[in-house]
Amino acid sequence: MSMNDNDLFADAARQVLAGQCTPAVVRAIEAGGRTAAATQTLWQQLEGAGLADALLDQDDGGAGLSLGQVFGVLEQCGAHALPLPLAETLVARALLVHAGAQPVPGSVALAQGQVLADGSWHCALVRSGAMVDAVLVQTECAWRVLKTAEARCAPQACALDAALTWSAVQVQAVPVVAVAAQQQVRTLQAAVVAAQMAGALNQVFQRTLQYANERQQFGRPIGKFQAIQHQLAVMSEHVFAARMAAQLGCSGDGVQPDRLRVATAKARCSEAALVVAELAHAIHGAIGFTEEYDLQLFTRPLHAWRQTAGSEAYWYGEALLAHDGMALDVVRRITDVESVH
Amino acid sequence: MSILDSLTLTRIPDEDEALRTEVRAFLSEATQAMPAHIRARSWGGYNTAFSRQLGAKGWIGVTLPKAYGGGGRSAFTRYVLVEEFLNFGAPVGAHWIADRQSAPLILKYGTEAQKQFYIPKVCRGEAFFCIGMSEPNSGSDLASVKTRAVPNDKGWLLNGQKIWTTNAHHCQYMIALVRTSGTAEDRHKGLSQVIVDLSLSGVTVRPIEDLSGDSHFCEVFFDNVQLGGDALIGAEGQGWEQVTAELAFERSGPERLFSSIVLFDQWLQYVRTPQGKTEAAQRLAGKVLTQLAPLRAMSVAVQQKLVQGESPIVEAALVKELGTTLEQMIPATIAEDLFARETEEVPVELLMTLKYITEASPSFSLRGGTRDILRGMIARGLGLR
Repeated sequence: MSMNDNDLFADAARQVLAGQCTPAVVRAIEAGGRTAAATQTLWQQLEGAGLADALLDQDDGGAGLSLGQVFGVLEQCGAHALPLPLAETLVARALLVHAGAQPVPGSVALAQGQVLADGSWHCALVRSGAMVDAVLVQTECAWRVLKTAEARCAPQACALDAALTWSAVQVQAVPVVAVAAQQQVRTLQAAVVAAQMAGALNQVFQRTLQYANERQQFGRPIGKFQAIQHQLAVMSEHVFAARMAAQLGCSGDGVQPDRLRVATAKARCSEAALVVAELAHAIHGAIGFTEEYDLQLFTRPLHAWRQTAGSEAYWYGEALLAHDGMALDVVRRITDVESVH
Repeated sequence: MSILDSLTLTRIPDEDEALRTEVRAFLSEATQAMPAHIRARSWGGYNTAFSRQLGAKGWIGVTLPKAYGGGGRSAFTRYVLVEEFLNFGAPVGAHWIADRQSAPLILKYGTEAQKQFYIPKVCRGEAFFCIGMSEPNSGSDLASVKTRAVPNDKGWLLNGQKIWTTNAHHCQYMIALVRTSGTAEDRHKGLSQVIVDLSLSGVTVRPIEDLSGDSHFCEVFFDNVQLGGDALIGAEGQGWEQVTAELAFERSGPERLFSSIVLFDQWLQYVRTPQGKTEAAQRLAGKVLTQLAPLRAMSVAVQQKLVQGESPIVEAALVKELGTTLEQMIPATIAEDLFARETEEVPVELLMTLKYITEASPSFSLRGGTRDILRGMIARGLGLR
């Protein structure tokens, strides 16, 4: 699959999302959750475009892409603040097929869980947990796909998320999924979250740039003031670096991200999220703080994504562990990708 | 697609990577006896014997044509070499400017006679160049330079003054940006570049001591210095365009990422010992590495654009701004870590390296264009100016 085909897929995602995942739709989904008509409609449109199957082999009805090749698609999800777990579903479907498990219809979230003393499985924080049809859970002993409809559900800070628990009986009723031993749910999730963050970061930046060019104060666009220009320059630096890091996180063949690269991606994007969101709001002033203005549709997810699958501090602890020797060699280990798409 | 999503993951070609093993073996031995606080100077360090050794190995001017004594290799070969030099803290300052920009500039704009005269000497590690850009009243506002070369029957008569000229006291030659026609009000028009033999009568070079006690930059005075007609490099009046092209090459290279790397490696060594290891230090190492890795990937990707003949001026400015910010963050956070501990039993060599880098770090975001100038360039690239 060449660079060109990769871009074609991203373009397809852009078209569907630009047309269907509008700010009004995002608001309707956030307000109505799983049962909102907008939720059902948008999910069907994404499925219709084949986006959720992109990582499946062509024999399995997919597009045969690798994680690196869907980077552009994931970026588009972030750029449109898609409030549905398309990225997680993409990954979950590929893992299930590769493990020889039954495909699961509908949307699937990814979550880390723990086995409680009574044998039940508990996930303290499932992103989109209140939205999805099922969750692909990894605990210390196994992976399983568990239906959300059966779970005991407790609310989480964000209304679309949830804490979910399945009883031992419910857990035992579904087969273990034989996911490759080296896969870690948090690493997978961090890789796709970072890619979406890269898209959202660029979106926030472009919107702020446009606002600075249009908003007039003291008789000229505020973007003509050096102080604002320098703030925009700083934002652009973070957007530029975060995107490169996110690309590293998704690089490689198949659906097996490299943990050190993902650490880099998720840490760097999380750092950038803080700076970019802060400066975007500073430059927008009070209007950017309102519900009706669309900026918040992108800055709120940036913070939520920073808080998903490990913040920067979680991943900082990771980067050094794997390696001895010169810093340059750790850096080369991260940046010298085996293949370039 | 904007500048900000224009970079793709780029792999350094295998044939260029192949050189790394040999360079590393040489550098491990050559720098073994040098203490870290000296190695930390790297391209600020100066050692003519070392430069000649590199010249003999063919590691200066690797990208220049073989016909002029160069290596005839790609820009990525140089990238690998330079990356290793910087990470080992090799004392490459003497030939650094000549290798990075003076010889390529002469190759691009020089006459055949100039190429044949200067480039082979640069490649042998025998001719060292400095850059005469800044003047006492022309820093960031470079177009306001007042040093003037007036044509006369013997060539050009040079009068004026340059300042902050790195290594001028060790170099034989300077490529100076001077006014050859018009006045300062003409700005970018009427500027030219001339090669000045610093041994000529009327040239005075005075080193300036910096706050760390080093004397690596100088002020240079020109008092009726008679230059030959062949001192002009490139076209008369094209100096500004030539200088701008030169700066793009200067800004995205590995030297904008690795100025504090010898310190960081020293600190890593300590943090990996049982007495140095703490959870806070582990996180700090991760913070630095997770910033450094994307930057290195960006620097390589920008290099690829240069190889393809593009002129990624804004991309280079973005990399330099991020790179120098990280270079300055490293000594600050290492100091915070080392002195957040109960024990003060930290290796002295590590503390000496920390002291040097702490003192040198303000210069990281000054040399090659100040932070504010770069942010201005980025803003222009974003269409704000």
